[in-house]
Amino acid sequence: MIANLAFYLFSFILLASAVMVVTSRNPVHAVLFLILAFVNASILFLLAGAEFLAFILAIVYVGAVAVLFLFVVMMLDVDFAAWREGFQRYAPIGALVALVLFAELAIVMAGWTVAPAASYARMFPTPANETNTVALGSLIYTSYLPLFQLSGMILLVAMIGAIVLTHRDRKRAKTQNLAQQHARKPEDTLVMVPAKLNEGAVLPEKEAL
Amino acid sequence: MLVPLSHYLVVAGLLLVIGIFGIFMNRKNIIVIMMSIELILLAANLNFVAFSGALHDMVGQVFTMFVLTVAAAESAIGLAILVIYFRNRGSIEVEDVTMMKG
Repeated sequence: MIANLAFYLFSFILLASAVMVVTSRNPVHAVLFLILAFVNASILFLLAGAEFLAFILAIVYVGAVAVLFLFVVMMLDVDFAAWREGFQRYAPIGALVALVLFAELAIVMAGWTVAPAASYARMFPTPANETNTVALGSLIYTSYLPLFQLSGMILLVAMIGAIVLTHRDRKRAKTQNLAQQHARKPEDTLVMVPAKLNEGAVLPEKEAL
Repeated sequence: MLVPLSHYLVVAGLLLVIGIFGIFMNRKNIIVIMMSIELILLAANLNFVAFSGALHDMVGQVFTMFVLTVAAAESAIGLAILVIYFRNRGSIEVEDVTMMKG
């Protein structure tokens, strides 16, 4: 009972903040509502029994990805008012497509039940005497190790790609040229000038240096 | 699972529909389009987790993790492209993005 009440409360907040994400005028507000939506979705994950993913979503996803969004929105200095053009024009077609899609989903879901034989087709049943994190870890480090490594490679590629895309050479910046520095010899820059008495040192011509 | 599966499916379906509606509504605003894509992926994740809980199968949660990984990579690359596009053009209007035409 209390779980049902919590589910309705948090799913209502989730859907309301999702609506605010797509309709709010200020993109910064939209990102903040996206963060609220993610936090509420992580509570729904908790109610479904996926504790590890709930905290991954709340910590990693909200803490990294949503804040990255916030960072970019605040860094780009753009005219927010101009973005609202076409909002009225596209609203009816958007609502129509959304309505049709939801009706189709509802039709599919209304006539669908889990087949009784589906429980025999489970690949890795949830263990009863282990915590969620242990069960998930013992799965991703054994049966799903190649896919897990591959997802790490995807993140590596994304990281390198983002750095390569946004990195720029600053032409005016004064940087060291290590090869040039290492190739310097004392003879190239230093001359010994014997100074005679009462005459002082006569410097050689500039070219000699 | 404490809450019936159908409730989760309705919430995930509504979230997906809101995300698609957001893509239609914000044709000029690429940042909100990317946030709508995040909402759609969140709806997919919610479905994965709900089925995993209802059918007592751990594989749904494993794949939720992969979806989260791919979504994070996608948003990082997308925001990087957005930043260099803004640096080159001074605006991020979606409708005049013709630079990348072949």
